[in-house]
Amino acid sequence: MKLRQLSLFLENRPGQLKLPCQVLGKAGIDILVMSLADTQQFGILRLIVREDERAKQVLEQAGCVVNVTEVLAAEVPDRAGGLGDVLEAFDQSGISVEYIYPLSSGHQGKTAVLAFRVEDPDRAAKLLAERGVHVLTRAEAFQAMGA
Amino acid sequence: MQSHDARRFHAASAPDYVPVPQLRSLQLERLTRIVRRAFDRVALFRRRMEERRLGPGDVRSLEDLAKLPFTVKTDLRDTYPFGLFASPMEEVVRLHASSGTTGKPTVVAYTQSDLEVWTEVMVRAFAACGLHRGDVVQNAYGYGLFTGGLGAHYGAEALGATVIPISGGNTERQIMVLQDFGVTAICCTPSYFLHLVERGKELGADFSKLRAGIFGAEPWSEAMRRRIEADTGVRAYDIYGLSEIIGPGVGIECFAQSGLHIFEDHFYPEIIDPASGEVVPDGTEGELVLTTLSKDAMPMIRYRTRDVTSIIPEPCACGRSVRRIRRIGRRSDDMFIIRGVNVFPSQVETALLAVEGTLPHYQIVLTREKGLDEMEVRVEVTPEVFSDQVRALEGLQRKLEQSLDHTLGIRARVTLVGPRTLQRSEGKAKRVLDERQI
Repeated sequence: MKLRQLSLFLENRPGQLKLPCQVLGKAGIDILVMSLADTQQFGILRLIVREDERAKQVLEQAGCVVNVTEVLAAEVPDRAGGLGDVLEAFDQSGISVEYIYPLSSGHQGKTAVLAFRVEDPDRAAKLLAERGVHVLTRAEAFQAMGA
Repeated sequence: MQSHDARRFHAASAPDYVPVPQLRSLQLERLTRIVRRAFDRVALFRRRMEERRLGPGDVRSLEDLAKLPFTVKTDLRDTYPFGLFASPMEEVVRLHASSGTTGKPTVVAYTQSDLEVWTEVMVRAFAACGLHRGDVVQNAYGYGLFTGGLGAHYGAEALGATVIPISGGNTERQIMVLQDFGVTAICCTPSYFLHLVERGKELGADFSKLRAGIFGAEPWSEAMRRRIEADTGVRAYDIYGLSEIIGPGVGIECFAQSGLHIFEDHFYPEIIDPASGEVVPDGTEGELVLTTLSKDAMPMIRYRTRDVTSIIPEPCACGRSVRRIRRIGRRSDDMFIIRGVNVFPSQVETALLAVEGTLPHYQIVLTREKGLDEMEVRVEVTPEVFSDQVRALEGLQRKLEQSLDHTLGIRARVTLVGPRTLQRSEGKAKRVLDERQI
């Protein structure tokens, strides 16, 4: 039901994004999905990888500040109004979303898969399932990401 | 309106011109008296003397001063509040305290006679920069526990000038008074003066009567003086002082603007190697050490100022016999002065520690923007405080800024930086980066 996401602190200056990517590359860890939040002063890099524990270890050894959080992977119909409908379900369940980023985009009439950062992912998964939103298992999510 | 002629002799300045042999014998006479007084009345000083098997009788020449123990800032904290007083409270007529805002301040005391000495040196200071009766002095140093306000106030009053005790802050009112009251001289920090000038220009204020600025309480440079003088036509004088010695009026520039004359008939200067503590010859740079020769309530024997300078051996063009020190550009410890407030990195640390309960690695970066000192505190992000959410990190930044403001009383900008990105030397963080162009 949940995916483990790595978050990294990045200073807002040239060359900052390269280091963690190269560290993971050397360790043979493939980045499945990445998302970057940036402010005027700093950035937060969010990563989904298969071996999150090992990734955290090598990143920390390289001097990165890493934080592991859980996100929900949910299906969104690939049509106009699809995301609106899913968000309506969040709304009706009283779940506020901190941020969203895509894990896999739908194509040829398939569904897209998005990561949702919410306060209590277990409770959210249960409430969303009741409203007909398909929350993916870890294996399903990795499959959707092509891993 | 009288002309501003810094060369005009003022009767109060007579002690500045005493022939050197006469000055040295006066200094020795005063030194032996003050060492005796401190030995008899200040337990800490007596203990340190006895540890060195020294008594007051061992000071028979000015050179003998070098045998005596130093006094340092922490001695004042350790004996807080009144432990270094040499006068009973019935004789103490004034207390001031340091601008250090966390923990315990350092308290200093004055007898009536000490206040007279203070006023005398401030009169001599103002006279050295050509102020006299008829001048209108806007005193924008803070009034209160800080020595700047009252020290300058009584000096200017005793000089016979018209004193406007406006204190610090409220820029628009300062500008109105400066213009409407025909102010001819102003006392404030140099950075605040630049701020006043810039704001005054925006408001179209007329400062044409202003002729002299007596600037102190923070480090500034020749370049800053040139800028002030070129921009405003005001003669900018550097004044030096510290509350532990007396407050402002320990030294001042004369019209030659080539070093600061120390009123050494009251404050005896030595320069030492800060590492070894040995006295270095005149002309050599080192830490300024001052001994108060005539202060009764709180005699300071060999007080280490942490200010780095040198004694200028050559006589001054003005003819004063009291020696000069070079402008003070830096301090031998890491205390820094921002907007007239003394700040120790340890205070910044305390403020940061008050948030989240973790020990962050930090660095203080001082810059000067548009003539005003700015303080940035770079804080390394640790796993304990890091979050995947932007608003949580922004909230952390805000909390740290509030804590700094609360602790130091000055606003600082907090920047979050990556772990282990701050400069370290020998494993120790370099706490202060002073990038101010002074």
